[in-house]
Amino acid sequence: MDLMSFIWMVVRVIVVFAVGMTFVPILIWMERKVVAGFQVRVGPNRVGPWGMAQPLADAVKLMMKEDITPAGADKYLYYLAPILSIVPASLALAVIPAGPTPWARITDLDHSLLYSLALSSVSVYAVTLAGWSSNNKYSLMGGLRSSAQMISYELGMGLSIIALLMLTQTLSLRQIVEQQHMYGWNIFRAPTVFIAFIVYMICGIAETNRAPFDLAEAESELVAGFHTEYSSFKFAIFFMSEYVNMVIVSALATTLFFGGWSGPGVSYPIDATGHLQIDPTLIPMALLGIVYFLIKVFFFLFLYMWLRATLPRLRYDQLMNFGWKTLVPVSLANIFIMGIYLAVHNGWFTS
Amino acid sequence: MKLVPAIVKGMGRTLKHAIGTTFGDESITVSYPEQEKPRPRRFRGRHILNRYENGLEKCIGCSLCAAACPADAIWVEAAENDPQNRVSPGERYAARYEINMLRCIFCGYCEEACPTGAVQLGYDYKLIDEEGRQHNWQDRDDFIFTKEMMLVDPGKGKPDPLSEALDERLKQNPNHDRVW
Repeated sequence: MDLMSFIWMVVRVIVVFAVGMTFVPILIWMERKVVAGFQVRVGPNRVGPWGMAQPLADAVKLMMKEDITPAGADKYLYYLAPILSIVPASLALAVIPAGPTPWARITDLDHSLLYSLALSSVSVYAVTLAGWSSNNKYSLMGGLRSSAQMISYELGMGLSIIALLMLTQTLSLRQIVEQQHMYGWNIFRAPTVFIAFIVYMICGIAETNRAPFDLAEAESELVAGFHTEYSSFKFAIFFMSEYVNMVIVSALATTLFFGGWSGPGVSYPIDATGHLQIDPTLIPMALLGIVYFLIKVFFFLFLYMWLRATLPRLRYDQLMNFGWKTLVPVSLANIFIMGIYLAVHNGWFTS
Repeated sequence: MKLVPAIVKGMGRTLKHAIGTTFGDESITVSYPEQEKPRPRRFRGRHILNRYENGLEKCIGCSLCAAACPADAIWVEAAENDPQNRVSPGERYAARYEINMLRCIFCGYCEEACPTGAVQLGYDYKLIDEEGRQHNWQDRDDFIFTKEMMLVDPGKGKPDPLSEALDERLKQNPNHDRVW
């Protein structure tokens, strides 16, 4: 790779990372106002117009707080845990195709979906280490519960994606979106894909420890769970990584099931070999694609908040039962049915 | 599986609330300090010392309130009424009446104990901020409210059957300086 394309990649990395980090204050504001609306109240309205400076005020407050390290804490792990939390979340932003053109994403790997799932597995370490290194039994319990929850639901997530992969025949997120552009959104292509989406969404919410699966960080249950002993900047990092993870799950849901950047008005011709010919010079169309992508991602983020405001928390045993005894069998059955559907569709039984 | 329709119904309800709050005025938020929630009739706020219609103080310095107070926050010093310059109808009045607001737990036992309906817990909850009150709030002693700070004009007390009965008696005997 020559110098220019390297510099160009560095620029894309910085831009995508900045956009990802900018999502966090937007999401914080949105969460507080949206959840307030669901709860028939107003939410922050004093700090700036419509309370929009509230995240800034929160950030300043967090920065000014005293940074405490508990006495018996394992210093190395204690400092490592928040880093281990934010890094995989940020890395997953690298493969998400926000738009049709190469400049709308950092890169595309042949296995970018596997890469994203692997990164969500790494973030389990952060939670476990945070709980362990805080030298606090409540943090430990919260951390262990949370990591057990995340591992269980990762299984459901992976299995539900397999049903989809049988259809798309590729792990590359770019190609998955291009296919949807050609053949229609994945969720409409087969009823089993709809089931896969439901399972994926539930597992995604459980992965990010959000309501109704937020027992591990429920204030009334375990103080603040695995991040009880964290203050100031380290807590801010955990907070940010939770929101970035939400964005990743939402972005993957739109990319895998709802067509990513495709939508009315964004159309590219298909060439002779059946591949999409994406003309990078058509800037307005590419921007429209990015706008569609953002609208869909924000719809899923709204769904996250809607669920948080509506549903009561699952008790831990209910949560684990649901993950293992309901979602995993449903995903497996879904794979089986998908196999039959594809066989019928491709004419295995008729020709 | 019965859970799914229930969840969907619940989410519809919350969505209705969300739309009503953002695009309508369904919100129940009271934006203090521009708006204040009306207080219930029996709200226990800052103490007030009532007077009769003719201006005499209702407090007779009996110290029943001080005896009833669980936090030992009230200090009463009684003095004999000079018939020419009456302060209260009756033989004595409270020369010093002080309540230590830091000790007070706002339980209302003093109000229940008072035989004349003199001390009541009123509707004011802005102890520090009340308009017109010039005060230093530096020391613990600054939080001891004196009689002058708590006396109110006639007719400003909280409605209360005992006070109403006593006011009736006084109306029936306007020239009488005792009401019982």
